[in-house]
Amino acid sequence: MQRLMDTAAQAAPDAPAASGASSDFGVRARRTAEYIVIPLFALAVSAVLFSVFLLLVGKSPIDFYQLVWRGGFGTAFSLQNTLQRAAPLILTALAMAIPARIGLIMIGGEGALVLSGFAAAAVALPLIGRVPALVLLPVMALAAIAVGAAWVGLAGYLRHKRGVNETISSLLLTYIAIAIMNFFVEGALRDPGSANKPSTFPIGDANMIGRIPGTDVHWGLAVGVLLAIALYIVMARTTFGFAARITGGNPRAALAQGLPVGKLIVACSMIAGGCAGLAGFFEVAAIHGRANASLVAGYGFTGILVAFLARHNPLAIIPVAIMFGGIAASGGLIQRRMGLPDATVLVLQGFIFVILLVSETLYGRFKIFSGERSADRV
Amino acid sequence: MSDDALATVLIAMIGGAIRVSTPFMFVALGETITEKSGRINLGLEGTLVLGAMVGYMMSYRTGSPWVGVLSAGGVGMLLGAMHGYVCKLPRVNDVAIGIAMMSFGVGLAFFFGKPYIQPTAPRLPSVPIGEWLGLSPALRVAFDVNPLFLVGIAIAVFLWWALRNTRWGLILRTTGDSAPAARAMGISVDLVRFLATAAGGFLAGIAGAFLSLYYPGSWNEGLSSGQGLMAVALVIFARWDPLKCVLAALLFGAAGALGPALQSIGVTQGYYFFNAAPYILTLLIMIASAGSKRAMRDVPGELSMTR
Repeated sequence: MQRLMDTAAQAAPDAPAASGASSDFGVRARRTAEYIVIPLFALAVSAVLFSVFLLLVGKSPIDFYQLVWRGGFGTAFSLQNTLQRAAPLILTALAMAIPARIGLIMIGGEGALVLSGFAAAAVALPLIGRVPALVLLPVMALAAIAVGAAWVGLAGYLRHKRGVNETISSLLLTYIAIAIMNFFVEGALRDPGSANKPSTFPIGDANMIGRIPGTDVHWGLAVGVLLAIALYIVMARTTFGFAARITGGNPRAALAQGLPVGKLIVACSMIAGGCAGLAGFFEVAAIHGRANASLVAGYGFTGILVAFLARHNPLAIIPVAIMFGGIAASGGLIQRRMGLPDATVLVLQGFIFVILLVSETLYGRFKIFSGERSADRV
Repeated sequence: MSDDALATVLIAMIGGAIRVSTPFMFVALGETITEKSGRINLGLEGTLVLGAMVGYMMSYRTGSPWVGVLSAGGVGMLLGAMHGYVCKLPRVNDVAIGIAMMSFGVGLAFFFGKPYIQPTAPRLPSVPIGEWLGLSPALRVAFDVNPLFLVGIAIAVFLWWALRNTRWGLILRTTGDSAPAARAMGISVDLVRFLATAAGGFLAGIAGAFLSLYYPGSWNEGLSSGQGLMAVALVIFARWDPLKCVLAALLFGAAGALGPALQSIGVTQGYYFFNAAPYILTLLIMIASAGSKRAMRDVPGELSMTR
């Protein structure tokens, strides 16, 4: 089995340059270092370029980064705010990363989050007050996971069955998901008391998910971290993950070996949807207490960036999600203190995203193996 | 539904198709040029939003909406050129870069667009074709055509002709179908793709200016609702043919006009559902056309997207 694992490491998109049966520790360590140093370098370049951008619009970059630190990590309060926002980011990043391992660029996390959050709130409505929270919450969570899995799974199924490009279809499904939620929230399931912001009826304070003891952070963070670790193990150490990575590395070889490529694609998509669904569940059950337009907060889209920065490694997603949670948490402070628009965070994310992807070109620059085509890689 | 109401809906949909289709048409034509060269630009949604903002800003500042349209095209071309340059680096994935450029363009547009949400900029005039034809007043509104619609059709016809009959068209098609063949002909593949992506960005920027300067005709952050993205899917449906792009854009425009048209006769039930009609239509069209052999025959050989 260990031999198999070594082969898998080569087939995985993360290790394209491996040659022969080399599992030499030094080679691996150096390659791992490359995967850490280059993204950090890209982050540094983004920070410098963003500083230039701030100078051009007449703001001080030093103030900016100080405020990001203070608003995101500096105090116990801001750190908890950061972790609160990191929780859905971990889950939506997993929704991008798992399909990426099998070679799909699936960006439907936002839609799955919104629709699942809505499903969780909707399924709770007839049960509120009739069953205890201990029954209600698992029902909501299961509904959210099922809806999310079906939603992203659909994009995976269409990819496999009809060759429909999953990137476009998953984004279209996001628009459709938001429309479905609006349809119900402004219509049949609307709480007449929610005048300014159409919402479903609240699930009630008694049914809300509590905080992790000793903190202000809800349990979604713990679930996200555990799920990231579990999925890391699944992708790195199980037959399923092995087959998925083979398929991601070379779908034709996977088919030739008799791997069930279609099932793997749909399964990875459904896992992704389930992760995003959990994020939607926690947003409703721990933060908002009801489904409304607040669910469309962009967590799904930031999650895409988190996953790319973590190189689709579930473990690396955890620190990266916390970093972006911090940037998001400091947004309000930056807006108030520096008079910058709230889109500043979007611009910073855009800078990081573009430069990060450009930095892909640095991998293996100085090795002989650089003949493969860029389009074949995720 | 009475006959009157049906007629109202139909007229509103025709008018809507002409109005709403223009941004689809421009983005789709731009994407056709880019994809014909063998590269895909998924970031045109970001280009569209930034173009809308810059077009509105320049129209407000200079007082001329046409300066706005050209500036929007210019900034779109810059984004396209950036995409084109970055994608030629080895190991850089054009689909992923497209997603990044989308968030980059949208971020910049929202950042710089804040001060322009309130003020009113001069808008593009409309061409009263209905009046020239002597139609009844009810029909005139539907046939108040915007000038960019006509420009778009002209560009489509020109592209259709140029792709078949000019040296540039041949170079573009060769590059898209087989990079090795193009290289053997002495064509610089990277240069052709760079130019094709920049040209695609130019047209997508103009599509944005249409949104902010004609219909809906103001700048705000919810202005675009995925037209840039749907247009990319539309190109596959139109099988990389500029003339079919126009027809497909009209179809999408009609689908997009369905919600407002029904609302105009008082059907408000399911408004949000009808608003989702273009997305659902796009998805159905993708399902129908993606697996078909005919679509596969026309796909540029170098395109990574429709494997």
